[in-house]
Order: sequence, then C-alpha cells, then structure tokens
Amino acid sequence: MQADRIGVLTGVHFIDGDFAAAEGAIAAGCRFAAGYPITPSTEVVERLASRFPFVGGLFIQMEDEIASSIAIQGAVWAGAKAITVSSGPGISLMAEHIGYAAMTETPCVFVNVQRGGPSTGLPTLPGQADVMQARWGSHGDYGIIALCPNSPQEAFDLAVTAFNLAERYRTPVMLLLDECIGHMLEKVVIPPADEIEVVPRKLTEKKPGEYLPYLPGENMVPEMVKAGMGHRFHITGLTHDERGYPVMTAAAQEKLVRRLVDKIRLASRDVALYEGRWLDDAEVVVVSYGITSRVVHRAVEVAREHGAKVGQLRLKTIWPFPEHLIDQVLGGRVRSIVVPELNLGQLVLEVERVVRGRAKVVPIGHAGGTVHEVGVIVEAILEAGK
Amino acid sequence: MSDATTSEIRIAGFGGQGVILAGMILGKGATIFENRHATLVQSFGPEARGGSCSAQVVLSNQPIAYPYVARPQVLVAMSQEAFERFAPDLAPRGVLVYEEELVKVHDLRPDLRSFGIPATRIAEELRRRMVLNIVMVGFVAAVTGLVGIDAARKAVLDSVPKGTEHLNVTAFDKGCEYGRRLITGGPAGEGKA
Repeated sequence: MQADRIGVLTGVHFIDGDFAAAEGAIAAGCRFAAGYPITPSTEVVERLASRFPFVGGLFIQMEDEIASSIAIQGAVWAGAKAITVSSGPGISLMAEHIGYAAMTETPCVFVNVQRGGPSTGLPTLPGQADVMQARWGSHGDYGIIALCPNSPQEAFDLAVTAFNLAERYRTPVMLLLDECIGHMLEKVVIPPADEIEVVPRKLTEKKPGEYLPYLPGENMVPEMVKAGMGHRFHITGLTHDERGYPVMTAAAQEKLVRRLVDKIRLASRDVALYEGRWLDDAEVVVVSYGITSRVVHRAVEVAREHGAKVGQLRLKTIWPFPEHLIDQVLGGRVRSIVVPELNLGQLVLEVERVVRGRAKVVPIGHAGGTVHEVGVIVEAILEAGK
Repeated sequence: MSDATTSEIRIAGFGGQGVILAGMILGKGATIFENRHATLVQSFGPEARGGSCSAQVVLSNQPIAYPYVARPQVLVAMSQEAFERFAPDLAPRGVLVYEEELVKVHDLRPDLRSFGIPATRIAEELRRRMVLNIVMVGFVAAVTGLVGIDAARKAVLDSVPKGTEHLNVTAFDKGCEYGRRLITGGPAGEGKA
C-alpha cells in the first residue's frame, strides 16, 4: 500500500533528526501521538503537534510518560497508528507499557532520543547507553525490534520502517535516535507518497464469534480488529489463551510467551537492515550504529590510509540482534572486530556472544556526552590489525 | 575534510542570539537553494537563554559523513567567550567573523583574516535587536562566499515567521552591504588583525 498523500511532505528539507522522525511517522500513517516533553526528544512531538491538525491527527500532551505510553495503545485498538516519544528517563517510566504492548501484541512505535544517563544524566548531550534498555526494558520474556538511524534522512526512512514492522509483526518497535542525530540538521529528501510503501494493519475478515484474537496467523502473528467492528473480547496483560482470556497455567504461558519471543527471533533476517563498507578484504571490522557510525566512517578512512585492512559494518537494526551478519563477516579473513559505542560495553556483549572466540572482540567504550575522538578509533583499528 | 569543496564553520555565541538559526540558514541555503550538502550539529546547555551555544556547520558538494568540526575555516564569534574558546582552533589562513561590539579581538594569529561588524547595533537600528543573527548571516555570506547571496536570502525567507519577511530581508541586506563595503576597501578593510 502507498502512503496517504495528505501526510507526505514531498520535497527537499533541511531539518533535524527529530523533525525527520516525526515526518516519517506521519508519512507512515501515524495519526495519534501522546507524550510528555523531555530533551532531546521534544522536537519530535513539537513537529507532530504542529503538523497533525493539517493531516487529521491528534496529539495529546499527557500528565506523564506512563500515561502517554498507554494512551497510544488505546488509540491503536481504536484503529489508529500511534507513537510516543521520550528520552531515557521517560522511557524508564514507560517500561511497564512496553511489555504490555508486547504481551497484547499492540503495534506501536516508541521513539527514544538517547541522552547521557543513567537517571537524568546529560539532557542536551548524546549517549547510546539505552540499547540494552530497548531490548530488556520491560520485565519478562518478549521480543522487540529496535532501529538506529545515523542521519536525519534515515530517521525519516526508519520511522516509516518502524511503523511497517510494528504492523507486520504486531509488536512495539523502538526507534533509537541519539541526541546527535536528533538535533543534527541535514538534507532530508521526502519522496512522493506513491514511492513510500506503507504496511496497513491486517484486520480480520472473520465474523464475531468466529474470530479468535490471539490465534497465530502468518509469521505467527494474529489478525487484528479495531473497536467498532463488532467484536467483543478481552485484552489483557495477563497470560491469555487464543480467545484473549486469562489462563494462569504453565502450559498457556509456554505457548504464548514462546510465540512472542519466537515471532521476533524468526524475523531476525527479514528485519536486519545494515550497511557494509570495505568488508571484502577486511581483517578488522568495526561494528557500529547511530552517530558513532559516522565517526567510524572517518576513522576507517584514516586507518585505510595507514594501510589497515579494515571494513565497516553499520547496523540499522540492532534488535533482534542480527547474528547472521556477524557470522557472514567472520566467514572472510576477519581476525578482529572493534565495537565503539557511547556506553561502556552493551551491544559489544552481543557481538562477543555471536563471535564465540572466533575472532578478537575489542570494545571501545565511551561514557557519552560527546562522540568518540576519531584518533581513538583509528588507534584501536591499527592495534587490532597487528 | 580533505575535499576542496568542503568548508567547515563554527558559529558561537550566547543562547538567545540566534546562533543555531544562523547556522540553519547557511545550511538551508546550501542544501535547498544550491543543491549541495550540509550538516549542522548544535551544542547548547540546558538553559534557554544566556548559556554558551554553538553550531558546527559543514558545507560540501559531496555527501558529508563526518559532521563534526575540529579546525574550521570560518569562525563566527558572537561573544567574547566564543572568540577566546574557538579562535585558536581556526584552520591555517582561516577567517574570523565577529560581532565587533561584543568581541574584543586580541592576539590573532597572523595567518588569519578577520572581519568585524556591529551586528547588534545594526539590528537595533531596525528596531528589532533579535535580527542580529540575520544581519550576521548576510555579512558572513558577503565576506566568506560560503553560500551564495541569493541562496542565503532565500533561506532567510524560508526560515523566518510569516509577517517578518521584510524585516529579516532588510537585516540580511544590511549585513550583506556592510560586508561588501568592507571587502571592497571600506573603512575597516580586509586583512585587519
């Protein structure tokens, strides 16, 4: 399905990543947002709030993040595509409802424009220390998809993708910006509406009485309904059966939770977006995401000028962690994988898990507040290549 | 950036002076109206007014991978603190553009060129002190040529609130005119240090 022309601001823009993410959401068909302001994410909802009146959307500033994160789920069950937006401290408050969205299979998008943490940390400065929170922020077992743009253009593109994946897998999707990408202005080209692919919600054609709201369909994903279609059933965060009713047994838990986890695990290859550069002859590969990948871009160029056989793997999808991409990289002559990130070692743990000793893994931690110095990454590459 | 078509600029001053908007207009001029590429990275503190504030702008004919500025070719200093902090980082033969009533230039490296303008006073003469950043943008466009005058003027029009277009274009033209006079041997000519 193509995007609705009314929501697509086709043309060339010079806007920041926050605005671009908002435009991507609107292009994807999002017409409901609830949020509570927090730097550096506020511009996303500012943009939504100012654009929604022209496209038939509704923004509500809620009393807090907890309310915001559940208001969007009400909107989704009423038939809307919906988003909430925050930064680390607010996402922590939303954690309960991220799990609720996973458990009730409510397709929605959470944007986290990451700043330095923990706690209130560094409001106006970048971090990438919420990547594990994105994966495990709510309690219990569940799967989730998380995307990391590295430019305002990609904030637009991946916001569209986030909504599409949310619908396809009936899951919450985290769009993980960082303060740099959120507040960085760059050229953003918004294509014509008929060039933007939008995944519509898969609503059931079954009649009330025949429809089982949690009966797995294609890709283990149940068909959905919206309020007003005449179906009466129960939506609950409790463990439930295919009718949606609570069933407090180990068997029901096994069946439901295993499916919630498996549907995302099995989607891993289909949702793994990435970019590779100079991987063919690489003996050292730098794995990065978000703003750090742009520092790495420069560092890899400098290191190659010094003769290092180094390539770059940039992950746009970090969850589910694209294990097969790391395996592919190791299929070559790679001896070391360098992982710089604006935290003191988070996604590198996944890299180490997948590598299982087949190569040396070198973390380059940084507590955040700014980006890595190019020289630090160059040095690590050269050292790793020895 | 090694590419000859690439320029790095730092614009710095106080929060509330319109530092980020000034950078945004240059970037918009280059991207939307000259079909080039630009990045702008902003740094500011939690306070809305008065804190130090700076924008790192990269302009290029090529897509820009690395958006950070270490040795800018141009520094636009709108406060004394901005001058003290960032002037030493200017690239060899770089250009300092400064608000001459807010910045006392001293100990400038001999390889640098500098151009001063009383942007705040010019804005006050237009009865709107807040357009000082637009005066500065006109001046920067004229003395550095980083962005074409027409492209920059269009970017001003595209960036300011409705109803303020005339005021802002006037401010832009004033800054531009002051710059042109300066480089064609006006009262405070090129090379002043």
